[in-house]
Amino acid sequence: MSATLLVEQLINGLQLGTMLFLMASGLTLVFGVMGLINLAHGAFYMVGAFVTATVTGATGSFLLGLVAGILAAAAVGALVELLVIRRLYHRQHLDQVLATFALILIFSEGTRWLFGSSPLWLSPPELLSGSVALPGGSRYPIYRLVIIAVGMVVAAGLYLLISHTRLGMRIRAGESDREMIGALGVNIARLYTLVFALGAALAGLAGALVGALQSVQVGMGEPVLILAFVVIVIGGIGSIKGALFGAILVGVVDTLGRVFLPALFGLFMGPSEASGVGTALAAMLIYILMAVILAFKPKGLFSANG
Amino acid sequence: MKTLARLGLGLLISSSMGLAHAEEVKIGMITTLSGGGSHLGVDVRDGFMLAIEQSGRDDIEVLIQDDARRPDLAKSLSNEFMQRDEVDIMTGIIWSNLAMAVVPSVVRQGTFYLSPNAGPSDLAGRMCHENYFNVAYQNDNLHGAMGAYMREQGFEKPLLMAPNYPAGTDALAGFKHLYEGEVADEIYTQLGQTDYAAEIAQIRASDADSLFFFLPGGMGISFMKQWANSGVDLPVFGPAFSFDEIIIKAVGSAAIGTRNTSSWAYDMENDANRVFVDGFREAHDRNPTLYAAQGYDTASLILSALDKAHPDDQDAFREALREADFASVRGKFRFGSNQHPIQDIYVREVVEGDDGEPTNRLVGIAVEDIQDVYAEQCRM
Repeated sequence: MSATLLVEQLINGLQLGTMLFLMASGLTLVFGVMGLINLAHGAFYMVGAFVTATVTGATGSFLLGLVAGILAAAAVGALVELLVIRRLYHRQHLDQVLATFALILIFSEGTRWLFGSSPLWLSPPELLSGSVALPGGSRYPIYRLVIIAVGMVVAAGLYLLISHTRLGMRIRAGESDREMIGALGVNIARLYTLVFALGAALAGLAGALVGALQSVQVGMGEPVLILAFVVIVIGGIGSIKGALFGAILVGVVDTLGRVFLPALFGLFMGPSEASGVGTALAAMLIYILMAVILAFKPKGLFSANG
Repeated sequence: MKTLARLGLGLLISSSMGLAHAEEVKIGMITTLSGGGSHLGVDVRDGFMLAIEQSGRDDIEVLIQDDARRPDLAKSLSNEFMQRDEVDIMTGIIWSNLAMAVVPSVVRQGTFYLSPNAGPSDLAGRMCHENYFNVAYQNDNLHGAMGAYMREQGFEKPLLMAPNYPAGTDALAGFKHLYEGEVADEIYTQLGQTDYAAEIAQIRASDADSLFFFLPGGMGISFMKQWANSGVDLPVFGPAFSFDEIIIKAVGSAAIGTRNTSSWAYDMENDANRVFVDGFREAHDRNPTLYAAQGYDTASLILSALDKAHPDDQDAFREALREADFASVRGKFRFGSNQHPIQDIYVREVVEGDDGEPTNRLVGIAVEDIQDVYAEQCRM
């Protein structure tokens, strides 16, 4: 167990965390502002990845693909809000869960129908492939560092948007008192569509960035969505700051748990059993973390509504 | 006269129907056609169907279903095949955890199962069954051969990595069985994992002199792409499953120079293989993988046995299968006592092909006549 390994795993955790933040920030905004549970958020992640892979394949430019992926996710998000989500705001959470779960199935089957069931493969641009030296003599892939940087820029951008712009003021107002902001003459319907599209665009960005690292396939959004829900519950529903801290906490705990728990059990078990027990426990670790945090802070670390 | 003619016609129809019913053979194929493991199932299916088409027989009906790599789905599909469709033979499963969920009950209920890929150790040993035939390999085979090959090449501290499921534990057990030396570490990943940053960091921090990994399908592609950008510089080895034609094309130049063990290569010189490879390229416009070869051999074996007996005559059909009287694309092929293959394992190297894309080239033989170690636990 060396210090360089620990440092590298911490960066890996940070990278997973920033990716989760991109997902969770949209989810938490939508929940905070509109009170809507959106299970279909993972579908926008998938749309972003598929469009990026397709456009990159056709044009050869990853940047162009990335922009297309984000725009497509935002457009699909706005469309879904106009056609489906709009009718759900006044319904119970269970109705919302049912409807957005149906959206997951529709998006998955639709994507399978359009693109086939084999994964697409997307590579990071030439410029960002390869690795750089870390202090301590180790090396780290450039592309993963870029993901971290993008996540940080988005976090800063969201902070400025929410706290320093008129739109942000309305979003915050919408979070605290929906009826009042409507009574004050703000076009609530347009605000909701905008927030929903913004969340979808962030999910699309996450999907596109991760797609280049892993693979682009049907159903890729759902495992990430579950983690993103854990993040917003830990961070406090509706809080961007909570989403950022929650995401990094979950990313680091999950990564370190996955590596060091099997190693810990490996001290007194065979590798296969140690891995079985260790990874099972590591998979539970973030949920245990969530339970502990909720026991002391039932509204999450940074609850938007106090 | 009229009545007699009608009676005669009726008899004719009923007897011909009876005949058709007795002769027609239904094969149920459950395989993975969607998700990260889909190209394995697609190739098994395409290889299998190619052999059926080339045989020109029209009395064989093949029903194909996608299991999406989910054991529960595979299980319910197998029940449907047995109870509703009443298939004579089942085949197709790619993943060992799915095979463990499906095969034991299928063969116990008197349906033949021929595996075109998965070969978990339990089904080769203590849970072997007279109705279960593995046409591909026992899971250990290719990994064991690579262990022997790496030992011979002088590597002293390989690091081993595989997903944590039956075929993954079999893989590392098989490797160590024939490697017989010290290993730097063993890493088990999750089945279907897509991010390997944590594992790559562990490999970097270890004192290994080489890497042996078993990551079939999309897992192999994700890992190799991330490995190529990680800056870790170790020689990489694996079974054919980590380096099939689809994987190395997706990985690109980073795969060049790696070596893998396989029971078959598309550039092997024998007549059956030439017919198979040419036919497959013509039909699908791509090079076949080992999975396609295994699917093709499975169908060829079934066809050879059907020439001798119908599956309704269970004992005769089983005996015909055991004889393995077919021209395998692997050259020579025979069954051991547990109805798993005894076969040669070859070494292939990934090179740049004529079209500039990476492809596998046969370079030599790793182990001759390899047989799994579980055969002695099998009492049939």
